[in-house]
Amino acid sequence: MLLPLSWLKEYVDVNVDPDTLEEKLFSCGFEVEEKYEVGHDISNVVVGLVKTCEDIPDTHLHLCQVDAGSHGEFQICCGADNVKAGGKFPLALIGATVYATAKDHKTVEGVMTIKAGKLRGYDSFGMLCSGTELGVSEDLFPGGGYNGLLVLPEDAEVGADVKPILGLDDVIFDVSITSNRPDCQSIFGIAREVAAVLELPLKAPALEYTESDVTIPFQVTVDAPDLCPRYLAHYVSDVKIEPSPAWMRRRLALVGCSAISNMVDITNYVLKELGQPMHAFDFNYLEADAIQVRRANDGEKIVTLDEKEFTLNNSNLVICDGKKPVALAGIMGGLNSEILDTTKAVMFESAKFAHDNIRKSSKALGQVSDASARYTKGVDEYTTDMAMKRALHLVEELGCGKVSATKFDVNSGNSIEPFELKVSVNAVNGVLGIKVPDEDIVRILTNLGFSPVLQGDDLTMMIPAYREDMATYQDVAEEVIRMYGYEHIVPSFIPTAEVTMGGYNLRQKRELKIKRALCAAGCFEGMHYSFFSPSDLDLIRLPQDAPERHAIKLINPINIDLSLMRTTLAPQMLAAMARNQKKGILSGRIFEMGNKFIPGELPLTEYPDERETICIGIFGEEEDFFSLKGIVDVVANALDITFDYEKTEKTFLHPHRTAKILCEGKEVGYLGQVLYEIIDEMDMRINSYVAEIDLKALTEYYDKARKFTPLPKFLEEKRDFCFVMDKKVTCAQIEKAIMDACDYITSIELFDLYEGIQLGLDKKSMAFSVVFTPREEEFKPAVIDGYIENILKVVEEKYGAVLRA
Amino acid sequence: MTDLKELSEKLAAIKQEIKEELVGIQNSKGVYEYRKNIMDSKSGKIGSLMREIGKIPNEMKAEYGKKVNEIKTWATAEFEELDKKLKEAEMRMRYESEKIDVTLPSKKIKKGNLHPNTQMREQLVEIFGSMGFEIFEGREIETDYYNFTALNIPKDHPARDMQDTFYLSPEFLLRTQTSSGQIHVMEAQKPPIKIISPGKVFRSDDDATHSPMFSQMEGLVVDKGITLCDLQGMLDVFVQKIFGEETKTRLRPSYFPFTEPSVEVDVSCFQCHGKGCRLCKGTGWIEILGAGVVNKSVLEGCGIDSNVYSGLAFGIGIERIAMLKYGINNIKHLFESDLRVLDQIDD
Repeated sequence: MLLPLSWLKEYVDVNVDPDTLEEKLFSCGFEVEEKYEVGHDISNVVVGLVKTCEDIPDTHLHLCQVDAGSHGEFQICCGADNVKAGGKFPLALIGATVYATAKDHKTVEGVMTIKAGKLRGYDSFGMLCSGTELGVSEDLFPGGGYNGLLVLPEDAEVGADVKPILGLDDVIFDVSITSNRPDCQSIFGIAREVAAVLELPLKAPALEYTESDVTIPFQVTVDAPDLCPRYLAHYVSDVKIEPSPAWMRRRLALVGCSAISNMVDITNYVLKELGQPMHAFDFNYLEADAIQVRRANDGEKIVTLDEKEFTLNNSNLVICDGKKPVALAGIMGGLNSEILDTTKAVMFESAKFAHDNIRKSSKALGQVSDASARYTKGVDEYTTDMAMKRALHLVEELGCGKVSATKFDVNSGNSIEPFELKVSVNAVNGVLGIKVPDEDIVRILTNLGFSPVLQGDDLTMMIPAYREDMATYQDVAEEVIRMYGYEHIVPSFIPTAEVTMGGYNLRQKRELKIKRALCAAGCFEGMHYSFFSPSDLDLIRLPQDAPERHAIKLINPINIDLSLMRTTLAPQMLAAMARNQKKGILSGRIFEMGNKFIPGELPLTEYPDERETICIGIFGEEEDFFSLKGIVDVVANALDITFDYEKTEKTFLHPHRTAKILCEGKEVGYLGQVLYEIIDEMDMRINSYVAEIDLKALTEYYDKARKFTPLPKFLEEKRDFCFVMDKKVTCAQIEKAIMDACDYITSIELFDLYEGIQLGLDKKSMAFSVVFTPREEEFKPAVIDGYIENILKVVEEKYGAVLRA
Repeated sequence: MTDLKELSEKLAAIKQEIKEELVGIQNSKGVYEYRKNIMDSKSGKIGSLMREIGKIPNEMKAEYGKKVNEIKTWATAEFEELDKKLKEAEMRMRYESEKIDVTLPSKKIKKGNLHPNTQMREQLVEIFGSMGFEIFEGREIETDYYNFTALNIPKDHPARDMQDTFYLSPEFLLRTQTSSGQIHVMEAQKPPIKIISPGKVFRSDDDATHSPMFSQMEGLVVDKGITLCDLQGMLDVFVQKIFGEETKTRLRPSYFPFTEPSVEVDVSCFQCHGKGCRLCKGTGWIEILGAGVVNKSVLEGCGIDSNVYSGLAFGIGIERIAMLKYGINNIKHLFESDLRVLDQIDD
């Protein structure tokens, strides 16, 4: 919110410099996001008195001698049509900074530094300035908008800095207001806080006015009191539409509001000053002598002041005259009752509307105004009443109309009187953890206008109606500490708290262990969004009836690509690998541990299953299916379990290089090589592999106790076998057959695989190293021979595998 | 060979021969071969001497043996000396021949890193875990009640405008804050409660400085006599552990619906130590988290007696802390799995 220092001073005699004021505001909860001088780009411009002014023949230029007081006298070439001897104008001295304008003399193109120059052969030692060149509009200073020199007042002291004269030395604070303080969304609202924090008196704006004895027949009804708890209307006759006085136009300009005409400006002024949106209807266009506040009929239409037409429905609130909508309540007035130069009488409106309704209507219709922005934050009824008085006062002050005796106050029963709040001082101090001296508490709350009375532990206050946020001792504690100062808080270390056990639980420990193991295996942990794109499901070629397509949709996604809660982590991993490859990184290992979201019914009626999942992606010349399988085994090792693998098929993986991952017979994931078609489609440059493991399915193994196996007491026997078999036979089949053939085998390892012409086209050989571990006594050679015989028999019977000759 | 003189002469001749022959030996292998040759018990110049002891008269046998042993000892010493000398030279040559350029690139050891968020989270858990905080991980998909209503943010509350929420249904949404975990914990546990709740949160913001998904860590303490002073004390420890011993905190008023009073916590800039720099935008302070005393209506909504217990809560942006600490300049880097980024952060 923009706060001009000059306007603030209307209510508080601020006795500190702008920097200190900024600090004070900050300390009591109002961060100043930006602070700047109105004329921050302007320097070294002084009051110049033109002593002589001669036309330069055959040009539009004038050669002037300009007196700049203590700065000296300068020869200036000037092209403005209103330069004249005896006039006082802003003179930019050599080295001054002013705005450079385009050829139209209106568009600012940047800041320029004035140098000595020559025009048509005549020296010029400075520049006489227009309002635009100084950033002074017509609203900021009368004459500022003229396309020629800005005329300074006759009493301006020659040689003096023009900034104070033009108000360019004014300082604007852009104050950030937290959403619990809608009462501070105005100049006067902030002034109350400034007065409290600087401990200075607050001067309230004048509210008095005299009602004439004019009355008219009129009627105000509120049919939707839930959406409009209070509605004030007041009739003003004998209206004279004119421009507003300079002081009002200037203030509106400083807060970014263009002046229009006195009646409209009064409503804008009150909005900025008190934070109450107001509206003035041209009485001439109100039919049937009535105002009715009601929900719009479905399909009802209105054209707002900015000439946009809206089709309304029952959730929108409208202000109607006896026949038609004349305003979109809280958002914008209707074009049909706009104040015009011809307006002779107005009906002023000051109302409180339910902020949620205004917010929703404004959003739904896409129509925003200063008023709707203000209502959205919340306006209190106290201000509604005050604002009407203020507006009527300004009507009198500006002499632009007569306040009539026809007025309405439709109130759903709320009071604008201060309300009593009683709290315990001990409770207040108990929140803070320090004892704020009683006298400071009383002083602070008095400054805030709470009229505190302290008796023993009982603190009784009368809270002004605009402080709708005050309800409990905690609220009082905050008021006290923000004014007393947070620097008084003495750090302590929960001395009264009981000892608690901290740290990770088992699941968190195991997950971290898996992550660390994967890092040690050369994988980098990545993190991807929990939502993805419907096209991600197409990318991995899922059929229309695939369970992964049963995904939770975001109602209001940022875009379609972030519109589904992910049901698999693979597509984002593919994208991550593709991104790296496009940047020239041609080898890498990435894993992600995150949730996929498996809903029951859609739309959701209960919490979906958030399943922790690991996704691993690897790519590079040196990587293959088995390097990924090794990484998947790292996960099993971390949990002290074993995975089995079976060939399977996945829509997006190599038809012959894909396996499902099994744990104790239960499928817990898959791994495989990404289809070449997808590699091409994603502009990837190298073979890539991806695995996904359902971590949630493995949580039952998290508490598996780690047990030490004693080292073998007796010598282990190791035997190597090289079998020849049909190509179709798998390694796992042979391993299992060997394992099942003898109870003493503790390890089987494949150490060679060979396929060659001499074995025959459909044959291969596999060589295994098998370890026999005795338990009771050392093996006798005959015993081992017996085991071996059995192994050979079994593998031959089952798979036709025979020892290689 | 019957007299000693003859023997002495013979041995002297052998010595002389050996001396001359040794000069011609070039390497330690040659020494070994030559030594084997000389000492061979059948054919060796010295080795075979003992075979002849049988031919020596008995009275001379002792003297003969002694002389032979002398020459053996002498020869052994000669061989060893030469061997040592030659071996040294050989080693020198070997080392010389194995010169390398030590500035050639190192052999890469494959290893990965935890995500910067995970690393940051680890540090936070270590700090707060040691203070007795348990780790509670809530859900990413929450109900409107836990994300808003129970946190003192009713349907028409202006604070709902502070966060743009992704809705999944009228009731379910993506949590906008880890504060939603507070309520689950307070419903399930009796004070004393000390939890931190790290996790992903979602807001409809997507620009240079905002990501629609980011991570927060909520902290909650509920016990008897918890005050604002405890909040400052605890956060002091936290920032000193993360940003360094000399780091200071500053509380300033703010607003969150679920705490009262609410504060923003700034830390003294750890880059310029308060002098003012680009990182702290010249103010000397960096905003790092929001916190406050738990609003009594929140406690009461969870069935905790606010006359007996009070609480404090804080919410930390994990990416924000990680980005500040490691100087990561773009939040998007954290969600793109760019290996050039992930490779850099290993704290």
